[in-house]
Amino acid sequence: MSESQTKPSILADKPEGWNRPTAIEPQNEGELLEVAMGPHHPSTHGVFRMDVALDGERVIRLRPVFGYLHRNHEKIAEGQSYLASMPYTDRLDYICPITNNWAYALAVEKLTGQEVPERAEYLRVILGELTRYQNHASSIGFLIQEMGASGTPLMYAFREREKILDLFEELTGARMMVNYMRFGGCRVDASPGWLDRTRKVVAGLTEFADEFDRLLSTNEILMARTQGVGVLRPELAVNAGVTGPMLRASGVNYDIRKVDGYGIYNRFKFRVPLGDHGDVYDRYMIRMLEMRESIKILEQALKEIQPGPVMDSKAKIRGLRPKVGEAYGRIEAPKGELGFYLISDGGPNPYRYRVRPPSLINLTVLEDMCLGVNVADVVLIFGSVDIVLGEVDR
Amino acid sequence: MIEAAVPGAAVEIAPNPNPSLPHSLRIAPACALAVAKFLRDDEDLKLDFLSNVTGVDWPESLEAVYHLYSVEKKHGPVIIRMHTVNRTDQVELPSLTPIWRSAEFQEREIFDLYGIIFTGHPDLRRLLMWEGFKDHPMRRDYVAPDDFEYEPTAHDEVLKRAEAHQAAAAEPQESGAGV
Repeated sequence: MSESQTKPSILADKPEGWNRPTAIEPQNEGELLEVAMGPHHPSTHGVFRMDVALDGERVIRLRPVFGYLHRNHEKIAEGQSYLASMPYTDRLDYICPITNNWAYALAVEKLTGQEVPERAEYLRVILGELTRYQNHASSIGFLIQEMGASGTPLMYAFREREKILDLFEELTGARMMVNYMRFGGCRVDASPGWLDRTRKVVAGLTEFADEFDRLLSTNEILMARTQGVGVLRPELAVNAGVTGPMLRASGVNYDIRKVDGYGIYNRFKFRVPLGDHGDVYDRYMIRMLEMRESIKILEQALKEIQPGPVMDSKAKIRGLRPKVGEAYGRIEAPKGELGFYLISDGGPNPYRYRVRPPSLINLTVLEDMCLGVNVADVVLIFGSVDIVLGEVDR
Repeated sequence: MIEAAVPGAAVEIAPNPNPSLPHSLRIAPACALAVAKFLRDDEDLKLDFLSNVTGVDWPESLEAVYHLYSVEKKHGPVIIRMHTVNRTDQVELPSLTPIWRSAEFQEREIFDLYGIIFTGHPDLRRLLMWEGFKDHPMRRDYVAPDDFEYEPTAHDEVLKRAEAHQAAAAEPQESGAGV
């Protein structure tokens, strides 16, 4: 291979004057090793690549490489009507499609000024919190799986996730690609039988959280592997736009359900768990605690939900032409702040359609957390960020 | 909205055509870094959290829109926007990554998909498209190629033979009896 064809070393392009802690110097004598972790690596949750420079076992430099799953979702959405993008939002973060629907519906409702009926708001909260629960459960399962505990915790989490997905399937017709929400409400109403079954499932969720807690939280290996690993300082977390459980694990009290109170979240009593170390263990623990808070919200919502319409009867869905203007709608998705920014020029298609992906922006600090740790811990730190590649690459 | 008190900054309010939704601030690129620093550090504003950076392709210029929130004061959004001079050769804007790290990947994405060059960005490379890709696919006048990785296959030869055969068969035959 001639010199011009060789891939540039990731050590070569160290940017000058940049406030990153890139100044880790090799300690061992000998050559540095450059490893491409991914795109086909079982721990990368899809097709994601990390180019890592190693000094022995220590990470000297890490560069994430994106785009293997890029299909230009935004361009496609700008070429079709507002409603036609709704099923496509399911494919962003395919672990939690409901919250993607919700964020998009919220942005369009801001743009058009549509009202959402009460029962639809309750259904959104119920489904959103079920989504959060199953996302956190399976993300913990993935994390533990990557730590080397193959099978058991992940399968426990998936057993629980399957119960929730059965509820989704019964209500919306699909386990994952739900396409459930509409601008100004929800597509179909929940039957009383569905609500009863949901109550039954929710009653069993606490038991599962207890079981998971007993199984994992004080596990010696888990604590040894995760405590003090991948520490993220709160100032850096805020400055780098990190959101969701990762931000709160660093001790920053910022939950959009509380701050914006979108939907009807200000009616429910729940707490926002915060960590104090910002390490992998805190991120794990925050997700465990948020699962319990989700159960609280679910119990309140299932008690208070009243019969009524689920769609604004005046809502225009097909052939929607919002007034000229722009709107930014954001929600607290399980992975962080999911936002949709829409610019309307009065036509049937959005002039600009932008997704603010929490998974991508949470990865901004990946290198900062990984510098100086052993290469085996990179997998753990990456797992604790909790990303889905459908949303990172869009 | 009195930023002019701090630097000699050119800031104007860009109204949102839909009056129920928040307006935004249009900032001259020359003073954008100073204004951004002020917005982040001012005691009353404390806009320490840059949520979203969007590129927009307008008919006569490119635009970058920044959505700011305050984690400390829990208010927002404040929307600031900057325009390039035109769409072709003067597409530089100052990067706000030195102020907010969260712009790092998002500005790279805009550079990739829209072609705005963010001066002062520490690591301005394509984010989603591969290195060596030439165009900016999110621009509205972008025309996608028919095939990104075209290479001739056995299928093409068969197709050529079939087309030649069809052309020969379509010619009128003199004896005219055959079935």
